[in-house]
Amino acid sequence: MLQTPKFTPQDCFDVAVIGAGVVGCAVARRFALAGARVVLIEKGPDILSGASKANSAILHTGFDAPAESLELQLVRAGRQEYLEIRESLNLPLIKTGALVCAWNPLEAAKLEAIEAQGRKNSICELKLLTSAEARKSMPGLAENLVAALEVEGEHVIDPWSAPLAYLTQALALGAVFLRNADLLNGRFDGEWTLKTSAVTVVARSVVNAAGLYGDVVDKRLGFEPEFQIRPRKGQFVVLDKAAFRYVPRIVLPVPTEITKGIVVCPTAFGNVLVGPTAEEQDDRVRATVEKDTLQALLKRGSQIVPALTGMPVTAVYAGLRPATEKKDYRVYCRPKQRAITLGGIRSTGLSAALGLAQHALELHGTFGIAFAPPTDAPRVGVPNLAETEERDWRRPDHGEIVCHCELVTMREIEATFGSSVPPGDFGGLRRRTRAGMGRCQGYYCNARLAQMTKGLFETPLAVPEFERL
Amino acid sequence: MSDLHADVIIVGGGPAGVAAALELRRCGVERVVILEREKYLGGATRHCSHSPFGMREFGRVYFGAAYGRRLEREARTAQVDVRTGHSVVSLGDDGVVSVVSGKGVATFAARRILVSTGAREMPRSARLVSGDRPVGIVTTGTLQSYVACHGLMPFTRPLIVGSELVSLSAVLTCLFHRARPVAMLEPERHAIARAPFNWFPALVGIPFHSGADVVDIRGMSRVEAAIVRLHNGGTQTISCDGILFTGRFTPEAALFVQSSIGVAAGSAGPAVDQDGRTENPLYFASGNVLRAVETGGWAFREGTAVGAAIALDLDRRGEAGRPVALTFDPPVKLVVPQILRQVELNASAFRQFQLRFNRRCRGVLSLELDGRQVWRKAQHWMPERRVLVPIPDAARQAQAVHFRFRED
Repeated sequence: MLQTPKFTPQDCFDVAVIGAGVVGCAVARRFALAGARVVLIEKGPDILSGASKANSAILHTGFDAPAESLELQLVRAGRQEYLEIRESLNLPLIKTGALVCAWNPLEAAKLEAIEAQGRKNSICELKLLTSAEARKSMPGLAENLVAALEVEGEHVIDPWSAPLAYLTQALALGAVFLRNADLLNGRFDGEWTLKTSAVTVVARSVVNAAGLYGDVVDKRLGFEPEFQIRPRKGQFVVLDKAAFRYVPRIVLPVPTEITKGIVVCPTAFGNVLVGPTAEEQDDRVRATVEKDTLQALLKRGSQIVPALTGMPVTAVYAGLRPATEKKDYRVYCRPKQRAITLGGIRSTGLSAALGLAQHALELHGTFGIAFAPPTDAPRVGVPNLAETEERDWRRPDHGEIVCHCELVTMREIEATFGSSVPPGDFGGLRRRTRAGMGRCQGYYCNARLAQMTKGLFETPLAVPEFERL
Repeated sequence: MSDLHADVIIVGGGPAGVAAALELRRCGVERVVILEREKYLGGATRHCSHSPFGMREFGRVYFGAAYGRRLEREARTAQVDVRTGHSVVSLGDDGVVSVVSGKGVATFAARRILVSTGAREMPRSARLVSGDRPVGIVTTGTLQSYVACHGLMPFTRPLIVGSELVSLSAVLTCLFHRARPVAMLEPERHAIARAPFNWFPALVGIPFHSGADVVDIRGMSRVEAAIVRLHNGGTQTISCDGILFTGRFTPEAALFVQSSIGVAAGSAGPAVDQDGRTENPLYFASGNVLRAVETGGWAFREGTAVGAAIALDLDRRGEAGRPVALTFDPPVKLVVPQILRQVELNASAFRQFQLRFNRRCRGVLSLELDGRQVWRKAQHWMPERRVLVPIPDAARQAQAVHFRFRED
């Protein structure tokens, strides 16, 4: 089992970040870079245990975000920083661009307004295309396309390696990561005393990045929550890599008030994604997939790109977005208690995470606590999993291929367990290496992985009580 | 430049691949290379601790891993160049394949390439089953690797979905390793496996529900229960710590999917002609990659026949003829071979068409060559059962070959 990092209860951190989703990891990194002593507190067994584990992996421009919104400001800042740091962290960028597709005259009429909104948001690479022009740039699109808006700056990234890289950098700067530590309550008396299910942590300020539990954590910190989380489920279908050649670009629908709608897009790993749905629910934990919905997604996918008809399904998944009563992010700063809440990051969290982290540090600046930034930032990078860059199997002496579908090497699996943020459950191992994520979904490698991960996960793949006769 | 030149490269060292290698060597072909991505030969038979293999090919019965070891011995004796731990990652149109081993990437070239990568069961995701996605949901092949290769078990009280032969093998594996299946389900109205096999669950006291399906899976970290819709429309919550999806095999044909050869819609394997030759005459296929799913013994015999055809093909001077694609009516699911060719030095590795039906039905199946009926049979047809129809000599000259089905 993973060890709890050693520190004495008397140790006082500068900042405690609650929640190791993409936002929490980015905030931990930003404060660590600023010179703060950071502790990241996560109730799950691994990072990305909640909302951040399931999204469409798009690095958005913010072209369709409401002007003047905090979301727009932070998506733009976050995207900009990602583009600046991604090479040094070894993170991929697949420059697909997006086509907002109108499938009827009513939708086509809205494209101009979206373009105008985009211009107002200072997104420069926007272009209205006729059906013929759009289908020239992506021949797989169905013939009944009416018109499209091209947004060059929308890109695809690796949604799991990015937060892992942020946290890895934070840890290299001395941050501490506590997992399986559910925040029970917090008390502020000049300093924060945060009681968790694992240990008690003392910190000078606190950042709530608890995602689906943002309102709950605010309450546990003793605040009257300013918002209520209303989980919004999104189901996805991942199609076989054979589909990739038909979907070189992100295909967005004309968005509605509620949702960006069902997207068909390539992934960094060479698959094609169809989703998400937007389904309101009360449950903050269960994110089930449903056969009828998955079939509807497959149908929608093949209406948009007819060549996807009958394409084998590699994986299905569902995630919960931490939506609230309002559309915009719910960011609150309480200088007296030195507390910041980053709530309601419902859909653009992956794009905005680094922007949110910058914003949190700015807000923290008003607390009157100064940090001494480290003189040089340690160089860290995460292993590349994207098909667009060189994967480990191409390099000599990788040991052997463990997962044949995704060509995951023994060296990659060993490296992830030897890393500063080793996986805490099987999902974490899959997200870090792609093992078992391919078309056979573990038919060939699952038993091997069960053997290799014996004793490492709280929920083991093999039942421990079994002993060979 | 390629890192290796061979007469024939065989991708996949299961029964079909090894049988072809042995036959090629017997026919005097010099450089025969088997590329196997696992550490041992044997393919799926390696972890099947139950079923008897080897009766017809080796004149005695072997169990699982021992059969694989026998294949290894035979291959070594026949001086086949066996390379385990070698994964082929792409098939080039010119007969050059990319290979990954522990050392890195290499390119291997051959005059002919045989792909015999077998089949696997359909995972939960591709079946679009509703519910949570906890740990404890596996297929029979995975279960058998757990016990046979690692002495592990993925659950102790599984719910078993499916009633093919492999499903019964899964029950045996569970019972032998002290796991107690809580129930068995079959979405079809009747068990897929033949009697008396399908009486077996009841004999060992496992409730069997036909016309039933999993409609929800519950469990946050590990499986806790399955909600099952029964034949009568009612639902039942079955407490279990795992779900075993059995059967619904599909060819492991990713290499073809990603190449210019592609796969046929019905079988999900590559279309081959009467010699096992694909659309690209440098490439052949045999065994369960052609269609799911046959026994190890069947794959071995198919491998031998296609091996002989390749040996003959190496001496062919002329072009391989234009392939004529065969057509068929639903509910026929697949036909192998799916294409026919007029070719010099025809070996007829396949003397029978292999058909499968999608569903249980009753009616007349007939074979038409250029619109003329040459064969017919009326009966009850069952899904996933092997149907064999002799390939008439005239079929290779026909311009249209069609399997007609008239349902009663």
